[in-house]
Amino acid sequence: MAKEPILSAKDVEIQFSLRGRKLTAIRKCSLDLYEGETLAIVGESGSGKSVFTKSFLGMLDANGKIVGGSIMYNGEDISKFTTEKEWLGIRGKKIAMVMQDPMTSLNPLKRIGVQIEESIKLQQGLKGEEAKKRALQMLNLVGIPDAERRYNQYPHEFSGGMRQRVVIAIAIACHPQILICDEPTTALDVTIQAQILDLIRYLQSKLNMTVIYITHDLGVVANVADRVAVMYAGQIVEYGLVNEIFYDAWHPYTWALLSSLPQLGVKGEELPSIEGTPPNLFNVIKGDAFAPRNKQALAIDFVKEPPFFPISETHMAKTWYLDPRAPKIEQPEAVRRLREKMRARR
Amino acid sequence: MAEREKLIEVKDLQISFGQGKKKFVAVDHVNFDIYKGETFSLVGESGSGKTTIGRAILKINPTSAGEIYLKGKKINGKISKELDKEVIRTCQMIFQDPMASLNERAKVDYIVSEGLINHHLYKDDADREAKVQKVLREVGLLPEFASRFPHEFSGGQRQRIGIARALIMEPEFIVADEPISALDVSIRAQVLNLLNHLKKTRGLTYLFIAHDLSVVRFISDRIAVIHKGRIVELAESEELFHHPLHPYTKALLSAVPQPDPEMEKQKKLIVYDPSCHDYSKDGPVWEEILEGHFVYGNQKELEQYRKEIEEIDK
Repeated sequence: MAKEPILSAKDVEIQFSLRGRKLTAIRKCSLDLYEGETLAIVGESGSGKSVFTKSFLGMLDANGKIVGGSIMYNGEDISKFTTEKEWLGIRGKKIAMVMQDPMTSLNPLKRIGVQIEESIKLQQGLKGEEAKKRALQMLNLVGIPDAERRYNQYPHEFSGGMRQRVVIAIAIACHPQILICDEPTTALDVTIQAQILDLIRYLQSKLNMTVIYITHDLGVVANVADRVAVMYAGQIVEYGLVNEIFYDAWHPYTWALLSSLPQLGVKGEELPSIEGTPPNLFNVIKGDAFAPRNKQALAIDFVKEPPFFPISETHMAKTWYLDPRAPKIEQPEAVRRLREKMRARR
Repeated sequence: MAEREKLIEVKDLQISFGQGKKKFVAVDHVNFDIYKGETFSLVGESGSGKTTIGRAILKINPTSAGEIYLKGKKINGKISKELDKEVIRTCQMIFQDPMASLNERAKVDYIVSEGLINHHLYKDDADREAKVQKVLREVGLLPEFASRFPHEFSGGQRQRIGIARALIMEPEFIVADEPISALDVSIRAQVLNLLNHLKKTRGLTYLFIAHDLSVVRFISDRIAVIHKGRIVELAESEELFHHPLHPYTKALLSAVPQPDPEMEKQKKLIVYDPSCHDYSKDGPVWEEILEGHFVYGNQKELEQYRKEIEEIDK
């Protein structure tokens, strides 16, 4: 990939102050985003995947701050923004976000037409009839039939899937360059989930957007992603093309995630699960953050933090296993044979 | 198969809400048996009535027609107080969202032993505490957690508390209503393992309610697919995945994203359109098409399903 990234985060560090203590939620995270691609960020809750992407939009909670690193977008370092005014040039206009729960991300007291128009009026300066026309266009685009009537309805009159479509319409109303989808389908059931994923894919190609998915469902990742970043305890531990992550993963945390999938489980046997809990982010983490939960951890994992080792041009993992001096460790069976196993089940 | 003991029998169950013009039939003509010691799953989209059926068995929702039997005794409608108590003790429920289903203002000790207190199932306080500690240990929590509040626990631990609360009544039958859909990936495996482990050690029978077929396959013995309050297909779990027949089952299967990118990117999504059935002349029946594999359809459709089975088996 010789292309220039459109967004490039480097060594980003984010801290929250909580009751006088400092919690480091993101510990030197780097990420490059290329035009037109779909990047999925995977990790368990509390790994910082939402916080990391929210920092691209200046949407951190009031007690959170970017304390280090840079986020370059359009030749500007957006991590240095301090005023709301600066952020408004980016948020919604260039980078937009779809939140997880369509129940809570819409205002229950306002008609949905008004909610879609809000960003159109603010960002594009359209007024009255023009704004309405635009909003109706958006409703049609996200596949809501009978837009004229729906325009005047309240969120409670919509089903979960339809409500998520409205949230997407709001997000894309200003044709953003980057769309961040934060667990867009976790609150929906599978049939609706498939429709929403299809819709996002359709909009992406139609509007030329770059999409970041945040999710913990590896099935969704396999469905949508071009590239995957696996996140653990505030750090990205493995990057790669989607095939490299699923068929040739190298970080022990990625292994653990893949092998705990119920889809790969054998009936009557225990499902491999990840023991223990993620580290406390109030403390300084020494060595590899995943080592205490990793049964095959090396001695050095507890002492020194591993750097990224490249596996291919597009694939790298942050683990000592890949160091030439490390003892030879094989990928677990479930990971090596994922492809065969999934095929055999059909 | 007929030799196995039936724990729960559901016959022509109908559940409706509201009255007169506003009457809405949520569940209609539902028939199934749950054998002792098995995990029976109900799968369907939201609003299909799967939770309503589970709640009806536990007498949380009243039924409007049909019968439910527990070990041969009718338990829906008007029943005696003693039987009611027995049903409550033998049938327990695990809820979907461990964040919402635990009383935030009560300590774990009280949450877990509430059932015992309501039914006076303990001798004295020491006996109650011993029971709580035993059950906490059984679900993989430490006994000292009893004096803490729910907000001090992570999602997986909370779900364990929810399971402990159901177990302390020493039930034989547990309705697990989407017990893992609100949990994180890494914890899902732990909770599934725990449920499977308890099934073995305690000889439990589960009614597992879910919308994700892939999870259900791993844990269940038999699966019923439900659409709009009606069971459209019922089979042993491997059999269902091998020969999915009803178009709705196929649509559900295709909708589940699989963790295999090459396969996912080629996948064609099947959308279920209920108007594909023409039941105007030829009425649908509930037919056993293969041994233990039931499907809902009319004669023409059944004919086609038989052909499909032959094709797959070739």
